[in-house]
Amino acid sequence: MSPAKTASNTEDYLRMYRQMVRIRTFEDNANQLYLSAKMPGLTHMYSGEEAVAVGICEALKITDKITSTHRGHGHCVAKGAAFKEMFCELLGKEEGYCRGKGGSMHIADQSNGNLGANAIVGGSMGIATGSAFTAKLLGKDDVTVCFFGDGATAQGLMYEVMNMAALWKLPVIYACENNGYSEYTRTDEIAAGSITARAEAFGIEAHQVDGQDVLAVNELTEQLVARARKGEGPFFMELMTYRYHGHHVGDINREYYRSKEEEKDWKENRDPITRFRSWLVEQGIATEDEIEALNDAVRKDAEAAVTYALEAGYPDESEVDMHVFTDVKHALA
Amino acid sequence: MREITLSQAVNEALAEEMRRDETVFIIGEDVAEAGTPFKVLSGLVEEFGTSRVVDTPIAEPGFMGLAVGAAMTGTRPVVDLMFGDFIYLIMDQLCNQAAKTHYMSGGKMSAPLVLRTNLGATRRSAAQHSQSLHALVAHIPGLKVAMPSSAYEAKGLMKTAIRDNNPVVIFEDKLMYNDKAPVPEEEYLIPFGEANILREGTDITLIGTSSMVQVCEAAAEILAKEGISAEVIDPRTIVPLDEDTLINSAKKTSRVIVVDEGHQSYGVTGEIAGRINEKAFYHLDAPVLRMGAMDVPVPFTPALEDLTVPTPEAVVEKARKLMSGEMIHAA
Repeated sequence: MSPAKTASNTEDYLRMYRQMVRIRTFEDNANQLYLSAKMPGLTHMYSGEEAVAVGICEALKITDKITSTHRGHGHCVAKGAAFKEMFCELLGKEEGYCRGKGGSMHIADQSNGNLGANAIVGGSMGIATGSAFTAKLLGKDDVTVCFFGDGATAQGLMYEVMNMAALWKLPVIYACENNGYSEYTRTDEIAAGSITARAEAFGIEAHQVDGQDVLAVNELTEQLVARARKGEGPFFMELMTYRYHGHHVGDINREYYRSKEEEKDWKENRDPITRFRSWLVEQGIATEDEIEALNDAVRKDAEAAVTYALEAGYPDESEVDMHVFTDVKHALA
Repeated sequence: MREITLSQAVNEALAEEMRRDETVFIIGEDVAEAGTPFKVLSGLVEEFGTSRVVDTPIAEPGFMGLAVGAAMTGTRPVVDLMFGDFIYLIMDQLCNQAAKTHYMSGGKMSAPLVLRTNLGATRRSAAQHSQSLHALVAHIPGLKVAMPSSAYEAKGLMKTAIRDNNPVVIFEDKLMYNDKAPVPEEEYLIPFGEANILREGTDITLIGTSSMVQVCEAAAEILAKEGISAEVIDPRTIVPLDEDTLINSAKKTSRVIVVDEGHQSYGVTGEIAGRINEKAFYHLDAPVLRMGAMDVPVPFTPALEDLTVPTPEAVVEKARKLMSGEMIHAA
């Protein structure tokens, strides 16, 4: 683990650990809801990438913004969302963050600065850049982090907005979660050259970091966020990580593009939660018993939220034409 | 009353709203010192500076996407899309992002932006700078679509669009930028969804959008000389559409022609005709006629281009046939 932080920040470390466990636990439950046919549609699991979302979001204030992706539950949890409203959203219930109208791929939590997941790969890069533009225009010190995957680096929009962000020194951090796969295709088959060089071509300072090391991610993000607040942005981060599941929960037989041995290696030797847990114990920040108790508490929270969400109500049918326009209660009335 | 050009009217609307609300800014290609190729924005950068009149690289999806994010976080961007034809480039950001933000978030977020662009053929600009693509965006729930037909309309609709909390697309006819009309000095707004009856009549209703309003008015003049009393209506916004005014007029006159510069097939004319058929069928003495632009890419040569858009003469000819009953089983 990165040695940069010392054991003096016990609360910070335990919160980071808890947030990572919350993401993993959320995803395990979401996967079960899918496998037991209780969840409509599909969803994309963040498991394995927890250190990225947590390391980054722990460096942000509630007023800072993020944009998220189709693989967005981790970002949503890490930015401060609650299980209950998240599970309700995944199940299409009225009490969900988006009243059930967005679902897994559009979950948003603007109360915590999450401008939303996006089901178009790379689709939120303009939004993140625009959010940073707002901060600059209105003289706010908000920083926006744009999460996207390695697959999105193939989209032209990224280059257009990085160009503008660099020209106008916008407070945005482009966070490329490189999990090695662009849907069902190896990243080295879709991305020529270096990922960080793409940003460097615009004069954007770019860093590659071990995305399985939450402290390394956090330390780098803290530095970049502080500098972005001072007008030194934009920045680019490539976070080397891995997704444990397939592209989505239904992508189960995937040996044609990824071996079981490779998956086993990442899970057994590079798991971000296991690594951080060992470090916490080694440093005397928490005992094994305390960590087990924390894990149990998260598990119970998640189970309670799932139970609640399964029993929660669907939106009334009259909601179908609500929220089409801000100023029209029922668009089709 | 003083008369100013449509271009000046848009410029005034933007300046007034930018003075009133410091979160309003303009973003697009060559909007600052150049003031756009049509010079519509001349002088604005001098008053508001380059932080609020923002020249971009030639990257339509990029600045459109940026505007969506800016709108979602507390500003009111006016996006300048140099030609309406470039709307294809920004469709994802406009239709997948801006249009759906409010709905997908269950009403918690919104994207209050204006997309200013243009339409209109017969400028000898060929197939990629002459299209009228408003029907494409009117098809997408969550977008409002305004189509000013004069300098007066352009100013009032622009001011309303900027204050609207939804994404609004305004199509200005690029051949009308120098057309003058009376525009009051004092402030006014034109509400969306309220059609304007420009001329009352009893025999036939001519519904026109944008510059086709002028075509309809010219046709009505000719028809009047022949003893045919035409009512001319400008819907002003096609989303929201003031269906009641159109239906009531159809019930009154019993004959309707809808004239619009978008391609005729699957377009605005068909939509309006369909609604009139559904709600005024038993009041009609003839099928509602559609007159859109010809379903061909816009040709360059004047010899062909002028054939592709509705003219007053063509409208008059159709109106005469409708009045004579000729079209009832033909069309």
